[in-house]
Amino acid sequence: MKQIAIISGKGGTGKTVLTASFAFLAKNKVMVDCDVDAADLHLLLHPVIKESHEFSGGVTARIDPEICVQCGKCIEVCRFDAISDDFVVDPISCEGCKLCSYMCHFEAINMEDNRSGDWFVSDTKYGTLVHAKLGIAEENSGKLVTKVRQVAKEIAEKENQDYIIIDGPPGIGCPVIASLTDVNTAIIVTEPTVSGVHDMQRVLEIASYFKVDTKVVINKYDLNVDKSEEIKLICKEQDIEVAGMVPFSREVSESIVNAQPIVEYTNSDVSKEIISIWQKVCCN
Amino acid sequence: MIISIASGKGGTGKTTVAANLALSINGAVQVLDCDVEEPDLHLFMKPVLKRKSTATVPIPEVDESKCTYCGKCQRVCAYNAIAVLPKTDDRSGSVLIFPHLCHSCGACSLLCPENAIIEIDKGIGVIELGDCGDIQFVHGVLNIGEVMSPSLIRQVKAHINPARTAIIDCPPGTSCPVIAAVQESDFCILVTEPTPFGLNDLVLAVEVLNKMEIPHGVVINRSDIGNDEVDHYCKENNIPILMRIPFDREIASMYSVGTPMVRQKKEYIGKFQDMFDIIRVGWLEGKVK
Repeated sequence: MKQIAIISGKGGTGKTVLTASFAFLAKNKVMVDCDVDAADLHLLLHPVIKESHEFSGGVTARIDPEICVQCGKCIEVCRFDAISDDFVVDPISCEGCKLCSYMCHFEAINMEDNRSGDWFVSDTKYGTLVHAKLGIAEENSGKLVTKVRQVAKEIAEKENQDYIIIDGPPGIGCPVIASLTDVNTAIIVTEPTVSGVHDMQRVLEIASYFKVDTKVVINKYDLNVDKSEEIKLICKEQDIEVAGMVPFSREVSESIVNAQPIVEYTNSDVSKEIISIWQKVCCN
Repeated sequence: MIISIASGKGGTGKTTVAANLALSINGAVQVLDCDVEEPDLHLFMKPVLKRKSTATVPIPEVDESKCTYCGKCQRVCAYNAIAVLPKTDDRSGSVLIFPHLCHSCGACSLLCPENAIIEIDKGIGVIELGDCGDIQFVHGVLNIGEVMSPSLIRQVKAHINPARTAIIDCPPGTSCPVIAAVQESDFCILVTEPTPFGLNDLVLAVEVLNKMEIPHGVVINRSDIGNDEVDHYCKENNIPILMRIPFDREIASMYSVGTPMVRQKKEYIGKFQDMFDIIRVGWLEGKVK
């Protein structure tokens, strides 16, 4: 079984469009949306939820005003400025370290489970999708990513699937690292802009840091052909395969509005290029 | 006044709006790039960088001459960042620290009964300060493989100059780094695109801002590609649409080489100024919502 993660560094380069197309093209796979704080893959794959589970990723302090004598010890030790002058915990700032509850001489602080999101196993016409929704202004997106990946892996192993296809989050931080752990291939989707080039280089570093086999896809390559050449050169120097160059087309936005993977929506040049990319990704 | 630029969905044009807004408005301005995982604002603002400092967080270090391997630090650590292997007949004890899991809360060092844990500084990134003409520039760059981006974001924001209009370029998404970046803003501009992806992530971002009680408005980028669902949503929820930027190959091409659109498309200067005036007047009246 092969785990393929689609990541990008820079947001909005086309990760989800590519992932949804792979979902249409690949046989015997499970899909996972690891962009848990701004998940979009469901908008193209139309999941019917089979299982729904609460995810509790941590704890939040709560001060019992009946017991609290307002001595100020908790405010003094909290490094996250999460406790107000009138001894109320701001759940958004609290990182659940429990230090305040350990330090309180009056046992006035309880740590309460934090429902930080929900995760789902769903049927789609393309196969099983494991996805999640992080609670509003909640943390622990990395842990939720790890959870959906673990569930997807169990399903893929049980069903003897060939691929796990992972729609990754942007950036290079905690949820990206959680998305990259133990994957076989990372596909980095970039675009021919100064920021696309800059962000790709940082995400290449993170992929190499985790020793993941990496391929690059240049999306909207014809918006700046010179920058696309620059990307190819950077990849060549690092011995990284450019698996494809997708042209700009308004049809991509149309396919999103139409809520379909682009390769299903049309068989234009964009779709042909994505099909060719999938051939390269699945076959080595 | 602090204005943050956020989006939910990535790649909608946050940096474009931040850079062009900063270059268009009059008065004293400061820009801060808080997208520390992928900071790009400098590619458009082209600042002359003058100062560079290392951003650090405290992590524990154990003085094994004092440590009794009692295991208290492991028990109090909420992040599994410390493991204690007790002493046995055939091996000496040891304490393993996993710096990447540490949230720098200080519990282990404060609660160690032997005072055997001190905290040392660990670098997580750099902060650079500079100028682009009259505009002050600050950004943070997270080290590769580092996960504590909210700490770095808070350290970047410690450089906010209260004497200036501060414009903060935020990371995409809706979780901890975004919250750290938008916290304490007077107004947040949400940049979106009129597609189902743009709308889905806009709704999530609005929910976060409502919970944080931060006034906000929307800029619709590539406003002619997609459908009118974002318009409907904003209207139904009384969210002001501050500006629309149609798709334009010329703008895309300028962006691709790092040129802010107002450098060549002067008609946008007035549009960004108007947007700023709407935000500022609303802020002064305390009525923007």
